Amino acid sequence: MTTQRTSGRRKQALAAAAVVAALLTTAACGGGGDDSNGGSKNGAPGFDAANNKVAQASAAKKGGTLKFASTQDADSWDTTRGYYGFMWNFSRYYSRQLVTNKTEPGKAGAEVTPDLATGLAKVSDDGKTYTYTLRDGITWEDGKPITSKDVKYGIERVWAQDVLSGGPTYLKEVLDPKDEYQGPYKDKSKDKLGLKAIETPDDKTIVFHLPEPNSDFEEMLALTSASPVRQDKDTKSKYGLRPFSSGPYKFESYNPGKDLTLVRNTEWKQESDPVRKAYPDKITIKFFSNANDLDARLVAGDYDLDLAQTGLSPQGRTTALKEHKENLDNPVSGYIRYATFAQNVKPFDNIHCRKAMLFGADHVSLQTARGGPVAGGDIGTNMLPPSVPGSEGQKYDPYGMAGENKKGNVEKAKEELKACGKPDGFKSKIAVRNNKPVEVATAESMQASLKKVGIDLEIEQYDGSQYASVVGSPSNVAKKGYGVIIMGWGPDFPSVQGYGLPLWHSDYILESANNNFALIKDKEIDGLFADYLTELDDAGKAKIATEINHKVMEGAYYLPFVFEKFINWRSDNLANVYTTDGYSGMYDFVNLGLKNPKK
Amino acid sequence: MTAPLHEPTAEAAPSAAEEAAVAGAEAKAVQGRSLGRIAWERLKRDKLALSGGIVVLLLIVVAILAPLITSLYGQDPNEFHEDLIDPLFGTPTGSLGGMSGEHWLGVEPVNGRDIFARIVHGARISLLVGFLSAIVAVIIGTVLGVLAGFFGGWVDALISRVMDGLLAFPQLLFIIALVSVMPDSMLGLSGTGVRLLMMILVIGFFGWPYIGRVVRGQTLSMREREYVEAARSLGAGRFYILFKELLPNLVAPIIVYTTMMIPTNILTEAALSFLGVGVKPPTSSWGQMLSSAIDYYKSDPMYMVIPGVAIFITVLAFNLFGDGVRDALDPKGSR
Repeated sequence: MTTQRTSGRRKQALAAAAVVAALLTTAACGGGGDDSNGGSKNGAPGFDAANNKVAQASAAKKGGTLKFASTQDADSWDTTRGYYGFMWNFSRYYSRQLVTNKTEPGKAGAEVTPDLATGLAKVSDDGKTYTYTLRDGITWEDGKPITSKDVKYGIERVWAQDVLSGGPTYLKEVLDPKDEYQGPYKDKSKDKLGLKAIETPDDKTIVFHLPEPNSDFEEMLALTSASPVRQDKDTKSKYGLRPFSSGPYKFESYNPGKDLTLVRNTEWKQESDPVRKAYPDKITIKFFSNANDLDARLVAGDYDLDLAQTGLSPQGRTTALKEHKENLDNPVSGYIRYATFAQNVKPFDNIHCRKAMLFGADHVSLQTARGGPVAGGDIGTNMLPPSVPGSEGQKYDPYGMAGENKKGNVEKAKEELKACGKPDGFKSKIAVRNNKPVEVATAESMQASLKKVGIDLEIEQYDGSQYASVVGSPSNVAKKGYGVIIMGWGPDFPSVQGYGLPLWHSDYILESANNNFALIKDKEIDGLFADYLTELDDAGKAKIATEINHKVMEGAYYLPFVFEKFINWRSDNLANVYTTDGYSGMYDFVNLGLKNPKK
Repeated sequence: MTAPLHEPTAEAAPSAAEEAAVAGAEAKAVQGRSLGRIAWERLKRDKLALSGGIVVLLLIVVAILAPLITSLYGQDPNEFHEDLIDPLFGTPTGSLGGMSGEHWLGVEPVNGRDIFARIVHGARISLLVGFLSAIVAVIIGTVLGVLAGFFGGWVDALISRVMDGLLAFPQLLFIIALVSVMPDSMLGLSGTGVRLLMMILVIGFFGWPYIGRVVRGQTLSMREREYVEAARSLGAGRFYILFKELLPNLVAPIIVYTTMMIPTNILTEAALSFLGVGVKPPTSSWGQMLSSAIDYYKSDPMYMVIPGVAIFITVLAFNLFGDGVRDALDPKGSR
């Protein structure tokens, strides 16, 4: 045994002790050390000044560099393949669609307005035919005009899921439900425009023929995946590295995971575009690997805003709320965070056991676990997000979650347990993603409050990136006994179809990548969705959405936690800032301007 | 006939360690004292080691009596106290992470669970894993180490290569991978029980080569010693020599290595819990507390400091104590 090192070892231990002690003191100091320079008068418009309203529109000047920062790169910058909300929002810089979301704050931002087209669709044939005429002066970045064939080709790319996977496929499902078209890469016709559902009688006209009406079709055409793509510039799976621009900016450079730079597209003409203002000369994104670092750089003023728009991290949030409140907005994100009960795991096949969960849970505690009323959101009381037409917000609260039962109602929960035939409670498991600390915290909250009514929940953490095969597979859920699944969901476009169809419709129960975790098979709900698709009147659509929401809540399949809110940062230098429901409460990127272009 | 001859040899065995003492200034103190007694005398004089030992003892008492302590203290480790949390920031309202007469070490952010109660209960997990996995390692390591050293040849070659292989194995990655394929329940255990059992077995399994190598080396050097030769020439069998001649002389290094291994195991457990593959919530563990404290290191630094200090004190105490035991049992090496 070599004992030569004995004394050395002890020295090491003591030295380590000194180092740790030093670290601890510095850590402790870091807590309150930088409180002194709070409340700087820097010209920021104030807390919530850009939430659902426009802040400092007139201060926006032409020119300068708008600087985004993000910990996350887009899934793809290819207009066909992107599915992240911030990518859809950002893509308006370099892509245009027939119609797009209005560049207005709040609810109006979710309405569609003509972009490449001269007006909204002329709908005929009982909602089965949509006709658009293209504007004059619309051009690609090389100066050639954008034609109706380019639009058709861009939309056809959605069919090529084998090469261009990842994006939303609504257009494909609505225009070609029988899956007859093979996509442009397998198209036998010479011009690769073989899709029969879209006609292009001339370069200025495009006609869509729907086999069945769908009242949200125009919303789908406003998605980024309906952007035009020019055939000779289509680099297929590599298109996302350098999309060919139809908007006011074009790609200068892109290093995935590092940075992205857009510069002005000199061929784009302001008078051809009723939507985009194009204030800055240059737009950059810098990607970070550490969220705390990113938040610190935002607060320091090195960047203008977070690209991902998912709110500051707990650390940066605390600093920002205490010292720079005037730079923050607190929008509703459009997401609902919830737990859902898998009916293929006993005893959740019984509605009374599900209701016992709803009554037993402490909703205030769940809200605190999500981040509290400001950073987390208002207590969720039903399953329709506030940004979706037909939602009633907290006014519809069938289980008193934000009212009389908000701290949990043990008596009522026990009554329901009795009705369920489990008067002494039961055991089950909560499945929760291990990469979401906040979701684990909500699971712990459910565990603690439901223990009081005799429901014993075990928390199972699984690899969040594998969710499609872990909780997305009903047979795996049954095998593992995951009675409670914690998840969140936001609308692809603000309508009950864009939000609830994959969650609640019986056709969407899948063997993998399932999102109807509760396995809802309700003929009434399916029927209401069918009614919705043929209802073309907005008020009628909203009414059906409300009814669907009521049916879902009456079934007690979901325990909503919060109508999610974020705390988002905007720099002092940003002007014409506003949040929009069109992009789930994010700032509307496309019309952001700078007050001082030289900064 | 062997009996009277055996007596002096048995005495000769511990004398290997005593030689130094005999040679030293305290020659006259030697008579009538056993090895253990001498070691104890030396340990008593080593203040640092002694204080380490006292802390270790205290920790063991705390771990065993954890439920009693928390019920006397009046706080349940898993009970939420959200009234003590600032809903805006999710951090405790009071100063120093909400320290008060009721919550001595403050409360956790977000849910307001009592940190003192969770630290006390966390000690159980740390020590349980630390001790039991050390025992697993010691048993496997001693048996295989002695076999390798004593028999030599192909037995030695085989065991040594296995040890080399295990030492090169990325154990942390292996354990993380193991968790994802592990069944939810086994041997009548479920949930946290399964995780604990797995951590103990795996940490113990990867720990044995360290002790195995030391034991093998000691055995190799001792099997050629005079007293072993003597026993062999008197016709003693292999097992007699193994158990009566060699093992008693291996006790000292084994004890020393065990005390050194426990803190390492405690750190491994903390690391695993930190990475989210340790015990399941709501069971508290120091590593898991540290991990969740990362999000609050600025807004609630005490939350990170407390479990950090707990791990630090525990590991330091075990190391100081282990060093003292080594010095006491094997004074030759250190001077």
